Amino acid sequence: MSAGSAVTGVGSTGRAGGGVVRAVARRPLGVVCVAWLGLLVLACLLAGWLGSSPQEQDLEAVYSGPSAAHWLGTDQLGRDLLSRVLHGGRVSLLVVGVALAVHVVLGVVLGLVAGYRRGLVDRIVSRLADLLLSAPAVVILLVVLAVFPHNEAAAMTTLGVLSSAGLARVVRASAIRVREEPYVAAATVAGLGTVRILVRHVLPAVAGPVISLVSLVAGSALLVEASLGFLGLGTQPPEPSWGGLIADASQAIYRQPWMLVPTGGVVAVTAVACALLGDVVRDATDDRATGEPLSWRRMRTRVVARESREPAALCLLSVRDLTVRLADGTPVVDGVDFDVAAGQALGLVGESGCGKTMAVSGVLRLLPPGATVDAATITFDGRETLGLTEREMVGVRGRGIGYIGQDPVASLDPLFTVGDQLVEAVRHHTGATRRQARAKALELLAAVRLPDPAAVAARYPHELSGGMAQRVSIARALAGEPRLLIADEPTTALDVTVQAEILDLLRDLRSRTGMALVLVTHDWGVVADTCDTAVVMYAGQVVENTGVAEVFAAPRHPYTEALLAANPAAAEPGSRLPVLPGAVPAPGHWPTGCRFALRCPHVTTECVAAPIQSTSDTAGAVSRCLHPRAGART
Amino acid sequence: MARLVGGRVLWSLPLLLALSALTFVLAWLTPGDAARTILGTNTDPVAYAEVRARLGLDRPLVEQYWHWLTGVVRGDLGGSVFTGEPVSAIVGDRLPVTLSLLGLSALVIAAVGTGIGLVGALRGGLAGRLLDGVAVVGMSVPAPWLGLVLIVVFAVDLALFPVTGYVAFADAPADWALSLVLPVVCLSVGGIAVVAKQVRGALADVLGRGYIRALRANGMPTRSVVFRHATRNAALPVVNVFGVVLIGLLGGSIVVEQLFALPGLGQLTVTATAQHDLPVLEGVVLCFTILVVVVNLVTDVISGKLTPRAVTP
Repeated sequence: MSAGSAVTGVGSTGRAGGGVVRAVARRPLGVVCVAWLGLLVLACLLAGWLGSSPQEQDLEAVYSGPSAAHWLGTDQLGRDLLSRVLHGGRVSLLVVGVALAVHVVLGVVLGLVAGYRRGLVDRIVSRLADLLLSAPAVVILLVVLAVFPHNEAAAMTTLGVLSSAGLARVVRASAIRVREEPYVAAATVAGLGTVRILVRHVLPAVAGPVISLVSLVAGSALLVEASLGFLGLGTQPPEPSWGGLIADASQAIYRQPWMLVPTGGVVAVTAVACALLGDVVRDATDDRATGEPLSWRRMRTRVVARESREPAALCLLSVRDLTVRLADGTPVVDGVDFDVAAGQALGLVGESGCGKTMAVSGVLRLLPPGATVDAATITFDGRETLGLTEREMVGVRGRGIGYIGQDPVASLDPLFTVGDQLVEAVRHHTGATRRQARAKALELLAAVRLPDPAAVAARYPHELSGGMAQRVSIARALAGEPRLLIADEPTTALDVTVQAEILDLLRDLRSRTGMALVLVTHDWGVVADTCDTAVVMYAGQVVENTGVAEVFAAPRHPYTEALLAANPAAAEPGSRLPVLPGAVPAPGHWPTGCRFALRCPHVTTECVAAPIQSTSDTAGAVSRCLHPRAGART
Repeated sequence: MARLVGGRVLWSLPLLLALSALTFVLAWLTPGDAARTILGTNTDPVAYAEVRARLGLDRPLVEQYWHWLTGVVRGDLGGSVFTGEPVSAIVGDRLPVTLSLLGLSALVIAAVGTGIGLVGALRGGLAGRLLDGVAVVGMSVPAPWLGLVLIVVFAVDLALFPVTGYVAFADAPADWALSLVLPVVCLSVGGIAVVAKQVRGALADVLGRGYIRALRANGMPTRSVVFRHATRNAALPVVNVFGVVLIGLLGGSIVVEQLFALPGLGQLTVTATAQHDLPVLEGVVLCFTILVVVVNLVTDVISGKLTPRAVTP
């Protein structure tokens, strides 16, 4: 018993139902929609006490427009339209309510049972859902109405049954997902009954998608009801219904077109409120939704113009004072400088969250949506790229600077074969014919040491291992014969043995083609084997920039020293591997003084007083420390 | 491919059987029958029994259904209880009207819906929000009401199109097109909104994927990244939603045909329902169900084509 209550305490989704209400209440649009629906229902309920009777005829004022006596005008018998709309709502909203009740009960129960029980029940329910979803709903409604003439409740019950299939699918999918959650498993182990688990844990978790879909179904049920009423198959006159009122209005389109406004308007506005409410609930409960959906234009990285440009160093890529801000203005890269000479290999080192990937993405202008890049200069191959348009920048990428990323399988389009993707890249960069490009693609696949290039070319990305996919990515990056290749943690996602092969391949390609390399990594072994210079980043800044031999022999910055000490490859066998305590401060929470001060064993009061400037020695080695380690010794 | 089509057709047989049987049972439950409708005010029980026997209405329901079903297999859908005209001829007369309406609407929805969705996904920002708003309104406007507004504005006030009626394509292609403009617009608006929303959502989803970033990083132009890779990947969910929209059009066509007085299957359904003309109703339901099956089949085939062969087991 005590175990049961403990598990209930762990199941955090008990709040989810209330969470939906609160999330909607925080959004103005949601409040407006709920307010409209609430007021409408209230007004319809109170219609008997508000204003005149819907049947009271005023033959003096037939087909009148809006007036003081009749706010929404009158119909062909001089009956008050406002009153008829409100009384019609009692009929229409009631049957829509019937449809929704059937829809929700059937959909939720079938979906929960199918998703939670699985097996045969699941297969039967899924097949049934397929059948219902592929049936022409309105045609069936007509047949039902032939049996039960003018019985809207029967028709809308049928609609509820037919549409419940869609809801059952959504609930089933959510139930399957929730079923795998640890707290549900814990509840099962603790011996809670199935029904109790479903009601307590699974139901609240599916509340968001259910409410969202039900709002949409409410809108379409309303439209179907209006259509049936319009066809004269619904509630019979003189009893008003919203569809019937539209039919009345259709008789008067020549004499009094105004009648269309209140009759269709109330249906349309109510349906809009339902649709918007559904969207609001979806956005409020879906954690992926970040407000505005992504657009191609938003993906373009903005370059903030700066008054003065600094002269760049004479080398292949020269970056000065590079700053990157996310869409919300948080800086993630702060005043980074580095140079890459032609043919040189630079290792960009640091823990996760130090801004390495953001720095190289800033150079390529491939930042997350809404992020901005700002620098004193980013010169590539003698050309200032900051002034380039996006179109010109597209020309730099691929042909000037190639790129390979962390997740090789995800970086290939799943719908095209390897060959197709390579041929497309080759043709774009070289203008070759299809046949030439095909030959070149096979050449590239051979160059990245893939056995049987023709067979690999015929495969789809999901048929490749991680190592093969990374080789294909490299082959694609080579298609434009770039002078610089940026490799962003190219081996992180791969097996250890494959990692070595890929790095070996990169070294080999570099010596054969003479291209420069920027290697983002947190593996010192990789830096030692592959790179000429090492740039160490910490909390968005470069803290050390020096030759690889120097960095291993005499690290200057305490962070570099600590990172090297924590490197498993260099550890003394049998001794305890030193770890670096603490964590990198998150962007937006960087201290004013030295950003490493909190974790530094050599910290003094001056360190935390003011920002630390970079200093460079006569040999050009840069470090950002008031008390450099090796510097003290020399 | 042949297996997929074959399997789908087989799987659609239960749907056809279930719907036709349902129609039979429901029509049998209906108060009043065709014999009463034919006889009108004549309440002579002998005449009534005679008409019932002639129509086969006195036989057990299962027998009636079996009779109808074996007829269908032979290609004989029976005749209207009123005119005696073969149902296949009646349905055949009406089918071109409904197919014109549905076909043109499907084209308009595909073209305009995809176009609007693409603009939203490419431009975002104010244009995107504006399109979102228009889409919500488009989905929420009751079709009969929209039709009436179209008639008032474009047929009555501006007199650009005929108010109602249908001209066969073979008679006068130009008039055929004119007579269908307003019905097609009326039927398409909701579907355009749904498809536009889906296209935009699917593209927004795809544009955030790793391979899009990798393509950009390798200098591929918008032409390739968006119009080759992103659209291909976004197409799958869109095609499935498009199929659902098309099935929804069948219901919408009933309202639109009634509103614009188009002599199509939808109108026939309404009259057959009112007159208890069971053979005609059965024929219409059969026809609609076959359309549904065809739409589902085409959707499945296209989905299959869009998924790499190796993925499908």
